[in-house]
Amino acid sequence: MTTDTIHDTDHQHDDHHDHKMTGIKRWLYTTNHKDIGSMYLWFSFIMFLTGGAMAMVIRAELFQPGLQIVDPDFFNQMTTVHGLIMVFGAIMPAFTGLANWMIPMMIGAPDMALPRLNNWSFWILPFAFSILLMSFFIGSGAPNFGWTFYAPLSTTYSNGSTAFFVFAVHIMGISSIMGAINIVVTIMNMRAPGMTYMKMPLFVWTFFITAYLLVAVMPVLAGVVTMVLTDTYFGTSFFDAAGGGDPVMFQHIFWFFGHPEVYIMILPAFGIVSTTIPTFSRKPLFGYSSMVYATASIAFLSFIVWAHHMFTTGMPLFGELFFMYCTMLIAVPTGVKVFNWVATMWRGAISFETPMLFSIAFVILFTIGGFSGLMLAMTPVDFQYHDTYFVVAHFHYVLVTGALFSIYAGAYYWLPKWTGYMYDDALSKWHFWCSLISVNLLFFPMHFLGLAGMPRRIPDYALQFADFNKWVSIGGFAFGLSQLIFLAVVIKCIRGGEKSEAKTWDGATGLEWTVPSPAPYHTFEKPPKID
Amino acid sequence: MNSKEYETYYVPAQSHWPLVGAIALFLIAIGAGQFVSTLASGEDSWGGWVLIAGVAMVIYMVYGWFSNVIHESMAGKYSQQMDNSFKQGMSWFIFSEVMFFAAFFGALLYARVFSVPWLDGAGNNLMTGEVLWPEFTASWPLIKTPDGTETTAMGWYGLPLINTLLLLTSSVTAHFAHVALEQDKRSQVKFWLGLTILLGAVFLCLQVAEYAHAYSEEMKLYLDSGIYGNTFFMLTGFHGMHVTLGTIMLIVVFIRIMKGHFTSKNHFAFQAASWYWHFVDVVWVLLFVFVYII
Repeated sequence: MTTDTIHDTDHQHDDHHDHKMTGIKRWLYTTNHKDIGSMYLWFSFIMFLTGGAMAMVIRAELFQPGLQIVDPDFFNQMTTVHGLIMVFGAIMPAFTGLANWMIPMMIGAPDMALPRLNNWSFWILPFAFSILLMSFFIGSGAPNFGWTFYAPLSTTYSNGSTAFFVFAVHIMGISSIMGAINIVVTIMNMRAPGMTYMKMPLFVWTFFITAYLLVAVMPVLAGVVTMVLTDTYFGTSFFDAAGGGDPVMFQHIFWFFGHPEVYIMILPAFGIVSTTIPTFSRKPLFGYSSMVYATASIAFLSFIVWAHHMFTTGMPLFGELFFMYCTMLIAVPTGVKVFNWVATMWRGAISFETPMLFSIAFVILFTIGGFSGLMLAMTPVDFQYHDTYFVVAHFHYVLVTGALFSIYAGAYYWLPKWTGYMYDDALSKWHFWCSLISVNLLFFPMHFLGLAGMPRRIPDYALQFADFNKWVSIGGFAFGLSQLIFLAVVIKCIRGGEKSEAKTWDGATGLEWTVPSPAPYHTFEKPPKID
Repeated sequence: MNSKEYETYYVPAQSHWPLVGAIALFLIAIGAGQFVSTLASGEDSWGGWVLIAGVAMVIYMVYGWFSNVIHESMAGKYSQQMDNSFKQGMSWFIFSEVMFFAAFFGALLYARVFSVPWLDGAGNNLMTGEVLWPEFTASWPLIKTPDGTETTAMGWYGLPLINTLLLLTSSVTAHFAHVALEQDKRSQVKFWLGLTILLGAVFLCLQVAEYAHAYSEEMKLYLDSGIYGNTFFMLTGFHGMHVTLGTIMLIVVFIRIMKGHFTSKNHFAFQAASWYWHFVDVVWVLLFVFVYII
């Protein structure tokens, strides 16, 4: 292999080595993809606990009918900020953290393509969420119009929090766009020689496609929050019929961002379980190329299904039909994926390590979330489900037992690579089983509540919903507490334990397992050879 | 495979500029948020000062960060692969800008095709027109809104037409400058680039004049004059901001040309500014068609 022929002069070695500063400056000024990945992951976990605490407030209020703990306005602030934090603060940064840590190692690159930009993408996030959380203590409180900030709730009837909300979302958007550009450029430009696109790990493929979605739709979110800002404070009437606008137009523009956003939060999950399931089944992934094409198809379809969130707004019949059929079409590539995961496990020598447990739970529970999605896609019946707890059950199955479980699978899978130590196996299994049981107690009864007609985003409810809500709340508290076990596992794993080999799992494939555990501060300064 | 593709990729050492940039964005968001929140009530606002501090800090950050990058580039630390990273990064950034404008074009088309006719009872919205807005007649440009606000439409001839010609010409001159740079004809580069900057500056001045005319008693075309004024000012306003940014980029490139930077093969900053310029030009053509003419 002819390496480093031209520019590999001495000063570059100075730059590469001996720059692992100590103390706070290491983290503030870092350009290292592993440092930045770790910061993303820690930040997302802190946000996850913050948003989770808000969910606990919601479940405490809903434990029994009547108003007991918080007043309705504060309840609305809780549901709104819980959603915003979990979407933009927990799930998305966790995926970006995994991408930062793993993509350069998986494609044999020395780092991300634009390392300083990478650091900027991360460090603006804590500031954005400080602004969002600060708004609890300013004026009449935090945003209370739902994480979807529908006009006119966020414009005409805003409690005064709209401006800070809009600028916080702008910063989150800048962070996502810059992070996504970095991922796209890294994958297009930094692959080791010989790693063609169709040789990339599927994990890399899913992030590649996700990053495209982010670059395409986050600016649309920036546009729609800007219109909300000018409607609220500068007298425009984009979403006001009196000036020729339309509140429904808000929903169109928002969901043009919002539906691809849903896939931004699930495509990387597909990538993670497509990595773990082959490892623990000791078989190559079934149907690699069909997985790639299915991912791309889902991404394409995600742009033409947005109005299935709006079936009850009085769209023309053609619109209802178009969006219904396009939405159902998504079940085809998704079905390909589920089939391939099951086919990968079929007759494999399966072992049930914690990452595999989370992955199997992902496949089953995500499929439940997918089926309830199909039910919601049918326009006529959606008129009954719309804005009920059925919707809440649906998207929590795909986001909690889908996206979050895949993040746990990925975290357990790569923790030995990150820390150099094996995690506490018994404790991690406690985490899995407690989470699995409680999450189903938490979200499964919500299907029945929704079908029976309990609306979402209400602090009080009719008496007939009391029993299910009690169990849902108990499940919620149990699930919340179970996540603290994960924190314990991670801290224990960082502090020490059984040493992990370079290749932690005997069935694992991929370049990341060719470097020692823990992965050195700089990996693949010279590209590896790919056959 | 060419051995050049195996070059070591330059990973910069630690940098404090991203953190400076993060704090700057924080100040901008806090300042703008507070300033905007107090607009209606008219109470004393400290937000404006924080906003100005944030913007100043962003300028400082961009200056410092880009100085570092230029310094590294001049020191020969960058490889062809690095250059590709920059180019691809810039392309995707421009794509994200396209999507930002798409949101506003989407709003414009939705209003024209759907919401304005519906308010007059089109489609299955007969009762909307009859009951809610009986006085309203749909038209575009919407010079009389459902609540009765009246305004005047901006014609496409006159200033907008001149501006279109200016910007189209500037795209051509930018291209000539690029060709001249690739042939290493420095004096021609300076001439064509200088001309491009001049055309951009004249465009911006005429845009200001057009706004002044719109806000005059004669036209009464304001930002809050209903959906026509909204889309007109938001689209042309954001475009104007991008032209301003593009002009600044071209000026920086011009200064670097004067200092003797760039080679006929290696001139990413020039390319980036030029691509950006062509992008604002294309957006203007769409604006001219959809906002002014049709």
